[in-house]
Parts: sequence; C-alpha cells; structure tokens
Amino acid sequence: MGSDGIFYTNRRSFMKWSAILGSSFLGRNSVFKEIFIPYNPEKPQDNESKIIRTGCPAHNCGGRCLLKVHVKDGIITRIETDDRPGDDISDPQLRACIRGRSYRKRQYHPDRLKYPLKRTGKRGEGKFERITWDEAYEIMYNEISRVIKQYGNSAIFIPYGTGSYTNLNGRWPAVRLMNLLGGSLGYYNSYSWACTNIATPYVYGTLNTGNQRQDWLNSKYIIMWGWNPAEMKDGTNSEYFIRRARENGARTVCIDPRLSMSAIALADEWIPIRPGTDAAMMSAMAYVIITEKLTDDDFIRRCCSGYDSTQMPAGCENEESYKDYILGTRDGIPKTPEWAEKITAVPAATIARIAREYATIKPAVLYQGYGMQRRAYGEQTVRAGAALSAITGNIGIPGGWASGLGSQAGGEPFWSVFPSGENPVKARIPVYLWTEAIIRGKEMGPADGVRGVAKLDNNIKLIWCIASNILINQHSNINRTAAILRDENLVEFIAVQDNFLTPSAMFADLVLPACTQFETWGVEDGWKYGEEVFLTPKIVEPLYESKSDYRICADLAKRFGVWNEFTAGGRDEKAWAEWIIDEIYRKTRFPEMPAFRELEKSNAGVYVKPVSKPVVAFADFRKDPVKYPLKTPTGKIELFSKPLHEMNNPEIPAVPKYIQEWESPFGKEAEKYPLQAIGHHYMPRVHSTHFNNEWTSEAFPQVVFMNKADADKRKIKNGDIVKVFNDRGALVARCRVTSKIMPGVIDIPQGAWYMPDKEGIDRGGNINVLTTERWTALAKGNPQHTIMVEVEKFKG
Amino acid sequence: MPEYAFYINSSACSGCKTCQVACKDKNDLPTGVNWRRVYEIEGGGWKEENGVFVSQPYGYFLSLSCQNCENPECVKACPTTAMHVNASGIVAVDSELCIGCRYCSWACPYGAPQYDQAKKVMTKCNLCEDYLSIGTKPSCVMSCPMRALDFGTWEEITSKYGTGENVFPLPDPSQYKPGIVIKPHRNSAMTRNDKAYIAENEYK
Repeated sequence: MGSDGIFYTNRRSFMKWSAILGSSFLGRNSVFKEIFIPYNPEKPQDNESKIIRTGCPAHNCGGRCLLKVHVKDGIITRIETDDRPGDDISDPQLRACIRGRSYRKRQYHPDRLKYPLKRTGKRGEGKFERITWDEAYEIMYNEISRVIKQYGNSAIFIPYGTGSYTNLNGRWPAVRLMNLLGGSLGYYNSYSWACTNIATPYVYGTLNTGNQRQDWLNSKYIIMWGWNPAEMKDGTNSEYFIRRARENGARTVCIDPRLSMSAIALADEWIPIRPGTDAAMMSAMAYVIITEKLTDDDFIRRCCSGYDSTQMPAGCENEESYKDYILGTRDGIPKTPEWAEKITAVPAATIARIAREYATIKPAVLYQGYGMQRRAYGEQTVRAGAALSAITGNIGIPGGWASGLGSQAGGEPFWSVFPSGENPVKARIPVYLWTEAIIRGKEMGPADGVRGVAKLDNNIKLIWCIASNILINQHSNINRTAAILRDENLVEFIAVQDNFLTPSAMFADLVLPACTQFETWGVEDGWKYGEEVFLTPKIVEPLYESKSDYRICADLAKRFGVWNEFTAGGRDEKAWAEWIIDEIYRKTRFPEMPAFRELEKSNAGVYVKPVSKPVVAFADFRKDPVKYPLKTPTGKIELFSKPLHEMNNPEIPAVPKYIQEWESPFGKEAEKYPLQAIGHHYMPRVHSTHFNNEWTSEAFPQVVFMNKADADKRKIKNGDIVKVFNDRGALVARCRVTSKIMPGVIDIPQGAWYMPDKEGIDRGGNINVLTTERWTALAKGNPQHTIMVEVEKFKG
Repeated sequence: MPEYAFYINSSACSGCKTCQVACKDKNDLPTGVNWRRVYEIEGGGWKEENGVFVSQPYGYFLSLSCQNCENPECVKACPTTAMHVNASGIVAVDSELCIGCRYCSWACPYGAPQYDQAKKVMTKCNLCEDYLSIGTKPSCVMSCPMRALDFGTWEEITSKYGTGENVFPLPDPSQYKPGIVIKPHRNSAMTRNDKAYIAENEYK
C-alpha cells in the first residue's frame, strides 16, 4: 500500500468519462435552459424537522422497504431506514438498499419535469415547448376523443410500465379512466417473467410454487441458479434469509455466467455456465439422478405424470416421455454430463457431483433466477428446473422448493388492488408484441398470442405511456422501435407521463409531469414475498406543476364528464388509500391490521404479520394427490404436457428440452459476432429508474464487463472506451476488464438511458440497441439476453 | 487499544454499497467524497482445458470508513493540528484550522480523510458522533441489508467477535492499531498465493 493510499478515489477518471458523455447530456439539458428554475418551496410546512415512516417509493425493484424520512420546511433532508427493534427472522427489519437511501438525489434532481411540454420538432428529436395544464388536458381530450371516434377504443394502448408501482400510482388510474370511456387494448404477461409466467402453470397448474421464505432455514442444500438476490433483491431480505439458511447449515451453490454479488456473498461454490445452456446442464443432472437411481420413485409414482412410459396421458401413450428424452431412447442422444459439458462449458464431473448432491442432501432448494428465462427458449429452462425438483421429490416438504416462478403459497402480495374496472375492449395482446400491434395489429390473432378476440380490429394509434420507459429504453431493438415511433402515420399520438424526460418521453407529442411517490398518497404491498403492507403518505408538496398520476386522470375525467364515476363520488388520493386499507386489506389479506386512520396516526409506515410457521407449497398435494389435485389436466405434476404436445411445434416440446438458441456461440452468427451479451439487473438502478441518480451512479457506473481473455484478444485495456455492436445497432461504454465473468460472455447492465449521437451510436450504454424484437415460441416473451455481439476499442 | 471499533463481516458483505450511500445521505456528501467506501477485491483467473473451465476467479468486498486508529497517522501528518483526537476519543478534523494540504490523506493507509473540492478542506467519518450521543449506532451500521456491520467500543466489539483477521489489501495493523475487526471472506485466503487487486482502482 503506497503512501498515496491505494484507496484514493478516481474522481479524475470519473470526470473524464462524464466529459465523453457530456455532449449528449448537454444536448438534452439545453431543452430546459429557459424553463428550469431552482426549486423554492412556497409553502413550508413547518420549521421543525419531523420524521415520517413510509414505504420506499415503489418501483419494480424486487423489494418493498421501510423508510424514515426526515422533513424540514417542506423538504426531505435525510432518509433512514427500518430500525424497529427485534429484527427477528419472523419479522426482519425491512432495510432499504442503495437505491432507496439515495432517493433524495432523484427527488431533488434538477432535471425533474416541471411543466407540461408539447413537441415542437420532429418526433423523437427532443424539442419541446412549455404549455399550461389546461392546454395539455385539451390536447389529451381532443386526441383521445378523435381516436375513439375515428378508429375505436381498441386503437388506444396504455403500455406496460413499473416506474411507479404503488396501488395508486402508475398506470392503474389511467386504465380506470379509459375503461369508463369504452376501454383500451389490453395486454397480458410481463417483461420480467414472460416465460416462467406461462411455463410454470403447464407443470404445476399454478404460479404459487414457493414456500414462504423463512422456510429456507430448513433447507440443507440450496442451488441459486442464475439467481442474484443480493443485487436484484427478489423480495426484501431474500439475501439475508439465505445468509441465515447457511448459518443454519445449508450448503449453497450459485450457477451463473457471472461471479455475481450473490455468488460472492451467499454461495459456498460458484459454477460458471455458458448463458442459454441451463436446460442442458439440468437435463444432464437428471441423467445422473435417473441412472444412479437417486430419484424419489414413490413421489414420482404418486405425484407426477409423463415421467416414463408407464404414466403417459391418455392418447399420448407412445410419445416420448421425460425419461425417454433424458436417456436418449428416441433421439439417440443420452443427455450425459459429457454431452452437457460441451454445451455448457461446465466440467462433466461437476455436473455429476451437483446432481448427486442435489438429489441426496435433502431437503434441497433449486431456485431459478429470471434472467435465464428472458431468453430464446426460456420456457424450457423453467420446466427443466421444475422437473429436477419433481424427480427428487423436493416438493411439498419443509426445506424443499418446487422451482418454477415461486410466488409464495398461501397467498402472495397484491400487485394492485386499485379498482381499474372492467375493460369493454376484450382484446389482449402479449405484452411484448406491442410494436407488432402498431405495424400489423389488424393481422394479429391467436397465432400471435392475441386473446379475447379472433382478430384485432385496429392497429395501435394512440399511446398513453405512464411511469414507463418501455417505448424506447426497455423494449428490444431500439433502432427499430424508434423508426416505428417516428412514423406519425403509424402511432398518431403519444403522451408520456413521468418524473423525467426519459428516452421514451423524448418520443412523446405531449409530456405530462407526474409527481414522485413522496408527493402523493399510496399503498404498497410486499414484492412477490412478504406479509406486510405499507402506507405511503404524502410527505412533501409536488414540485413545480407536477401532479399525481391519479390527479391527472381525475382532471381529465372531468373534461370527459365522468369525474363522479372516476373518483367514486369525489375520492382524492388519500381517500383511495383509506379505501384500499379498510375495504380491501382489512377484508382480505390482513383482517387483523389496524384501520387506516389508526395506521396513519401511529406513523408506523407498515403493518407486518410475522411469519413463525412458514407455509409450504404443495404440502397437501404431496400428502394426498387424489384429494388435493393440481390444476393441470392430469391433476399431477406434468413432466409431459399434452396441451403442449398438441401444439405440434418443435420449439414447444411436450417434455422440457435443451434447444440451441437462435443466436448462439454454436451457430454461424458467431463467426461475425463471437461474444454472448447478457444484461443483468444492476444494483444502482431499477431497470432505467435512478440511471440519473448521481450517488448510485458514482457507486456503480455504467460499464461493459468483459473477461481479460476476450479483452486481450481485442487489445482492450481496463477502462478503455469500447464499442459493442451487431447488425441491429451499436453502443459505446467504458470497459471493465474483469475475471468475474466467463470468457466469451460480456455483460452490459440493462436499463442505461439511450442517448444516440449523430451517427446513431448509443452513448448511454443501453443494451437494447443490440437486442432482438423476436419473441419466444410459447410465451411470446422477451428474449433480451439472447444476443451475439462483437466488441472493439472505440475510435470516436 | 483503540477507543472504538467497527466490525466488518466481509464474509457476508455483498458489495451493495448501501452503507456508502447511507453515509452520504446522513452527512450530505457530494459526489467524489465518500466517508465510507466499499472496495471490491478481485483475483484469480481462467484456465480453459478442452472447452471447460477448471480454474476460477474469486472476489470479496471490504467496507471501510475511518478506523479511528490508536496511532492515527493522519494526526501526525497534519501541519496545523486540524486533524486531532477530540474529547470523545474520535479522530476529527477542525475545518477552521484545515488548510486543505491533503497530507493526512497521503498519510492514512485506509483512504479515510476525504478532500472536499468545494469546501477546500479535508472531511472524514466522525462515527456519527451525534447518533452515538443518543445511543444509536452509526448510519452505515444501521443500513446494512446483510447485517454485516457493527460498531461499539473496542471492548464490546472484541468480546462479541474476537479480534478478527487482517486481510488484503489492509496494511499490517501493528503500526496503526486501527479500530476494526474483520471477519474475513473465505476468498481472502486466496490472496496469500495470488496477486489480487482492488477492482475500482484499475480504472485509473
């Protein structure tokens, strides 16, 4: 350690990097030069500092945490977290992560949207002028009315978005308003869990395949397969529960192309695997378990269907069973560890050892992360993992885990209970196919996953995008999406409602400034797991002219003459929060929780129901599968699925199979683009939210992670600026040369803001300039981690 | 013996840097000034044999602020006595006396004194003295989602956790007598036979 201190911060290189990106940032900020003024609160609430306990502003971050927010003179001055005494495993503190703790830098960011803006230049060019709310409402009213009259309600689309995700904020109020006006085109599924949402029920008939997390402390062996809870959270405290499980004696293995934060902090062993080949390793594990007779035969006989020729569903007696596929009876390819080694780059001996450990150190958890199902054949990975849980009988027992999506049994948190009403438009598209519905909606039917109607009667003509960066930033193949959105003959009107002028808002005709969650009321539930509900009161006034999502919709409802119906007789945000707590939560999930007024007065911020006896999924089914059948066609765990078999599509096999991806290191495309690129969920942000937060970005700058072997081949040094490209686009970012990612794979953390330069090269480092709009076979889901790229030193 | 000690459970640290930002929020620190810093240590490499990978890299994290040394080099290096040990036994900087010469930051082997460009003075962790005075632990300790940090008097911490181990890249503690108790990550043993490095520093 030199006298200069090797810990000396590298502010200089940070500045150097900022200078490189600066031109795009400046270009954007210049839009605001005239209309941005510093915040000067007109109505200070009081002079004394007070502390308000509230839920951390809800994004799709994987957690729901408790904040202690200090407020003085109407301004948030400090953010602390849960310090309730005890911190018992049945009710652990809900400690916020770096994103929540740095929220002041988002809340008081100089770029907060302050006024409604109207586009003046070409669409996507980013030129706007300030208008009044009256003018903005008038435009919204006129455009929605025109499109309904000219095309019908099904031409209106409110896209998927999770940028503001409480029960009152985000897109729900707009959906309620549109439903009162005749509806809008619906969607189903999500970008997060597209494949597992669809594939898991084919195996189990439900998505609630998880035990309550306290049960992990009963486990002896935990495989974290592509799962990184320390970084993406997956339920507040999930990483802490795993720590406690290890202290209780569980051995933990992490299988991941990256030496992730979780692999370091939570795993006894890390096994790097080539992305997109998980189903091959899973199949080889099954081969070892079956051939070495480590299967739970009693469980398979009683609870499974399609395992072997003795339990094929009626009409499929002669089809290939799960065991047939694994042993290679029909295709002549036994799925041996040696076979899988060549595909996965995991040594055969390791595969065999993990298989033996998983099948014999019981009870065991095989937890599937979601990154590996955001791939070309994500459905296969989900089902192949579930099959391992089934054949080893790790289902329906304390300490076990059924795999699949893993929402908690015994009732998962409510994602939203705000009554958005019934949509008079019956048509729903797969969420990922909205650009298809813009360019060829009228051709789309069940073959494209359309539900509710035989054929769409409209292309999308109007988009109202709320708390969502899906229009540009988070959807695949940005250059394609941008070209579609620029064409004003396709989508005729785009409104974006958000806190910032995001890359999506840059493509808006009308920008509506929404306030943050600190500036309005809300109610939050746990994220996937947990037994708690948060009350998030309005603790500071909305900045400038921003308004809550609900208020914007209520004002619009007035213009449309449906204010009374929309507000249910005049409810404001607080009245809805009260209604949600008293009429929904106290009557369903938490009958014993205090009433709204009591909760508000207590300043507790959260109601928690401690979990002392964690619920175990499928416990009844395991005991008596006849009395408690699953909601599958056979009532059993379907290793072979007759409905999938009947689809007669080689990309949708009836038993889970490894299928080589459409872009892979084994294909011809690898000659031109030899590197696999994945885009993991990055600690400093929630998808694209917090990208502009200076504290989180200082801690975790946007970089491209690359193995030294790949960097050396390209003469790239740590810290160099590199260009990553394929036929769909190119981005520029700083390269972090590291040993923590396997050779042949690069990682471009997803969610960076798209900032194209004059040549159309993205200077923000957004992986979606490289991803493909192609969708997966069964789920019609997003395969955004399946891409091949090349990297070179940037000479710009 | 140092007056106080931080307990750092490196084996449980995920490197999420929540402590670093909780500190910034509590103390209103600008970008570039980090009284607590999480270092990412990395080492090892890859050996490919017949298409599979047989050797592996490793990593771990170390969260450090001011170790409040019994022999604080920063105090010795200060030409103006701005850097001093205050009445509570905390190494502190008197910004009235500080001339911003940065000698203390060169002397400190842990990077604790942090120069504030705007104020033109050194700043550093004060152990959240205001919190200690009301019986609350420092902001960083209370923030950790993994519950990997603790703080107390040297006696309290060592009687609870022992004296811990010194790990790469920290200097030999005998000279400074830092108030820090580290439970090492198992990977830190790898650094005995392998050249590990601090990942962020490689950006320079």
